[in-house]
Amino acid sequence: MKTEQKRAEMIKEISGVNPLKCMKCGKCSASCPSYNEMDIKPHQFVSYVINEDIESLVKSKSLWKCLSCFACVERCPRDVKPGKLIDAARQIVVRERGQNYLLADEIPELIDPDTPQQLLVSALRRYRR
Amino acid sequence: MKYSYFPGCTLKNKAVDLDHYARICAEALGFTLEEISEWQCCGGVYPLGSDEIATKLASVRALNDAKEHGQDLVTVCSACHHVIKRVNDDMKNVDDIRTRANNYMKLDEPYEGETNVLHYLEVLRDRVGFDELKKKVTNPLKGRKIGAYYGCLLLRPGKLMAFDDPENPTIMEDFIRALGAEPVIYPYRNECCGGYISLKEEDMSKEMCRKIEESAAGFGADMLITACPLCMYNLNKNNGDNLPVYYFTEILAEALGLKEEVDEQ
Amino acid sequence: MQRIGVFVCHCGSNIAATVDVKKVAEMALHEPGVVHAEDYQYMCSEAGQELIHKAIKEKHLTGLVVCSCSPRMHETTFRNAAERAGLNPYMVEIANIREHCSWIHKDIEEATEKAVILMRAAVAKVNLNAPLQPGESRVTKRALVIGGGIAGIQTALDIAEAGYPVDIVEKTPSIGGRMSQLDKTFPTLDCSSCILTPKMGEVNAHPLINIYTYSEVESVSGFVGDFTVEIRKKARSVDMNKCTGCGVCQEKCPSKKTPSEFNRGLNTRSAIYTPFAQAVPNVPVIDRDACIKFKTGKCGICSKVCQAGAIDYDQIDEIVTEKYGAIVVATGFDMIKLDKYDEYAYSQSKDVITSLELERIMNAAGPTGGHLERLSDGKDPKEIVFIQCVGSRCADDRGKSYCSKICCMYTAKHAMLIRDKYPDTNVTVFYIDVRTPGKNFDEFYRRAVEDYGVNYIKGQVGKVIPQPDGKLLVQGADLIDNKQILKEADMVVLAAAIEPNPDVRKIATMLTASIDTNNFLTEAHAKLRPVESPTAGIFLSGVCQGPKDIPETVSQAGAAAVKAIGLLAKDKLLTNPCTAHSDELMCNGCSQCANVCPYGAITYEDKEVNDHGIRETRRIAVVNDALCQGCGACTVTCPSGAMDLQGFSNRQILAEVDAICL
Repeated sequence: MKTEQKRAEMIKEISGVNPLKCMKCGKCSASCPSYNEMDIKPHQFVSYVINEDIESLVKSKSLWKCLSCFACVERCPRDVKPGKLIDAARQIVVRERGQNYLLADEIPELIDPDTPQQLLVSALRRYRR
Repeated sequence: MKYSYFPGCTLKNKAVDLDHYARICAEALGFTLEEISEWQCCGGVYPLGSDEIATKLASVRALNDAKEHGQDLVTVCSACHHVIKRVNDDMKNVDDIRTRANNYMKLDEPYEGETNVLHYLEVLRDRVGFDELKKKVTNPLKGRKIGAYYGCLLLRPGKLMAFDDPENPTIMEDFIRALGAEPVIYPYRNECCGGYISLKEEDMSKEMCRKIEESAAGFGADMLITACPLCMYNLNKNNGDNLPVYYFTEILAEALGLKEEVDEQ
Repeated sequence: MQRIGVFVCHCGSNIAATVDVKKVAEMALHEPGVVHAEDYQYMCSEAGQELIHKAIKEKHLTGLVVCSCSPRMHETTFRNAAERAGLNPYMVEIANIREHCSWIHKDIEEATEKAVILMRAAVAKVNLNAPLQPGESRVTKRALVIGGGIAGIQTALDIAEAGYPVDIVEKTPSIGGRMSQLDKTFPTLDCSSCILTPKMGEVNAHPLINIYTYSEVESVSGFVGDFTVEIRKKARSVDMNKCTGCGVCQEKCPSKKTPSEFNRGLNTRSAIYTPFAQAVPNVPVIDRDACIKFKTGKCGICSKVCQAGAIDYDQIDEIVTEKYGAIVVATGFDMIKLDKYDEYAYSQSKDVITSLELERIMNAAGPTGGHLERLSDGKDPKEIVFIQCVGSRCADDRGKSYCSKICCMYTAKHAMLIRDKYPDTNVTVFYIDVRTPGKNFDEFYRRAVEDYGVNYIKGQVGKVIPQPDGKLLVQGADLIDNKQILKEADMVVLAAAIEPNPDVRKIATMLTASIDTNNFLTEAHAKLRPVESPTAGIFLSGVCQGPKDIPETVSQAGAAAVKAIGLLAKDKLLTNPCTAHSDELMCNGCSQCANVCPYGAITYEDKEVNDHGIRETRRIAVVNDALCQGCGACTVTCPSGAMDLQGFSNRQILAEVDAICL
């Protein structure tokens, strides 16, 4: 199996999503609060996985703009749930390259006296291996 | 009635109020929160990857502890509730995760999702009852127009969280009514505040919070309540004090006439 | 010993591409009793049947096995062919090597092995078959139509025009159905009432049509040609013979707060009411749950003002029992409830409405007198957004899996009518696909875009966000421009999915008519028998069978009528000889078979039997051949093995199992 094909399979496995169920209605992109910050839009994630273009996905800044707010997951009429695909792509990046979007060294600069622990814990879980 | 209680990391530190008010009010309403000994942080976010096991074990430990005590598990923080409830669902319904998590845990008896996970608000609604709560209110919050801010974690995914209608929830509004105040329904109450993204993408979170607060204020709210320390942080940080944000347990304590008692502590 | 011929069909490549048909025929020759085997490209064709005919004659065959498609498809074809060649039709068995084999397997070797096994089982059965003779039953020359919408009306008229009496049972106080709620109809934009009300009048006046409104089917027994139906005529509290339809009672009724069903709850009606002005019959009913007289005992105003003395508070429900030869189901549809779609703010804003509510608003006889206005403040909307596919085409448990079929066209109609009447109002349609298969349909939709400037955006809406100033912010996707759109609107119209009338489940159960997971009634064959239920004598008309528009509904209503007429025109029907019978020496009269019989075909008799020389009177099950449908429930229930089914005897079935397993 070619690398891209393997990675597409892995995304499907991690996310538990069958992208072929998508009917291209765009309700995910219509619901996404981060839409304008994304280069690859939520509905496009589906076709990138179908077309096995994972390299573009893992380079996409959308991975780091998704809030995991589940609005797309909740509203998807086809049970495709693009948020899960985005999360799986994010994990592929972190797992493959150990590429951490958040470095320990930069944390002191990012926090203030009110920053709740929950914020750091969540961010570290999302951004790092 | 005694419940196993999972406070979570933030309630032990930046959100001690949320925790204190919750415990004192519980006693006044006839139930006790017994903190699980040696609980570990839930991780803050539910690990979406279906093949992730290790990141779910902290929740499994808490769940199993509650099971061993024969108690339901209560949380107050939205994030802890979200993570633990979803892990519990995995332990109940996903064979692979259950088997592998139990292989790690090496418990005397495997954990299979037996524990009932309740949010504090669900205890108020389903166990105490809002009518009963109303009777115990000594200091009704008359004239106050309160917008409930739900955020994402309590509501979605709707089927798994089974907390309320994810698009048109009512539990916090009913709670507000029980305390004698007037709930303000506004459309952004279930939209995201930006969550953890505020650490690195401050502007995004700012914009989201602005929409939430503008919408709530536009519909006449003079304050917001939340169950989540992160929502609280984001809303406060980006708000400029126009619309004060409180933990739901704080206004509960106030309505029950217990606020000063807690504040003195 | 039987002399059996085995005929293996290729079904073009349907079977032959996956099953080695020659091998199946070859293997058949090794089976006991088989004296002839051959394969052919299309066994059901004239030429194929000729092969069967020839083999029966030349080889003196006593039984046939046809390895082909499902018996639901061609069992009758082959039985008729056998009969023409002088063989008893019940000596023919079908081995289904298409649906049960070639269509579901890929590997030729495996599929062939399975086909051989299926053939072997059928041969084993035929070895035990005995000729059966069908009986005869009479046909009651009267039809029942359940549902008085356009489907039921058209079916009833067509049947009556052929000279057979028809009864229509309609649940609500008037016939007319959904079509009576519509304003205009696509693609010609005729006024719905103008084309429907004459038909309602025609039905009312037809000497052979009898209408039971405010009535429901209570029970159904019997079988094709001879159904007995109980109809509950709900107490109308108004004497139909005395009422002149003057309407004074409705005017004077002081209880006026009940949401009007006809106007989709957009306004209210009185407790004594006709659903709409052109109601047929033009006789009101008293809604006893809303009536002050029924609730408190005081009032009685309607009775005082009625000059005809037609008000009758003491009326009670009446059960009418009638016999029918054919029953047509025309129970129609409703819109789904939108409580699971609160992201569209339907329950939060009065200005978010369904398309059917819009029909009422646009209708001159509707709650706003036909003036398009916001229900929240009565203002003229300047921006209207339509959202398509709300609850249709869903793979989750919130909506329906199917396309509701009519929404694309009625939305184009709404958009066009609004742009025509209110040129200052902008109309935007968020769509996933625009589906317009139908004569002059796509042209109609293109006119909305090209001539009326309706703005179509490809993409779904994620959320409708009510604003403090009463406007609605529509957050949607534009998948062509790859943008997220925030559009301010005054009104949002939701094309909610349609679903079969929920009552149809109850009716289908009474009729033993099959129903699919979406509550649509199942047709006997999707292509070749689209208006017949698999249950003999039950026909399907309109949306109860699947989503369809008015032209299609009327066509199907006519087709259902023709099928019913075809049945009513017969004087006698041949009955299915595959009925159950009990062995009186083995039966112990335990009643279990009667308890499971869905047709009420089993009774008990005290009968004198001779059990190995001992004469005694025993309680024994007796099957009424006319009622028994051969379902076999009794045979598997009978603890002593006394019940057996002709044509599917316990011995035959065990022989099939042995042929497969041993």
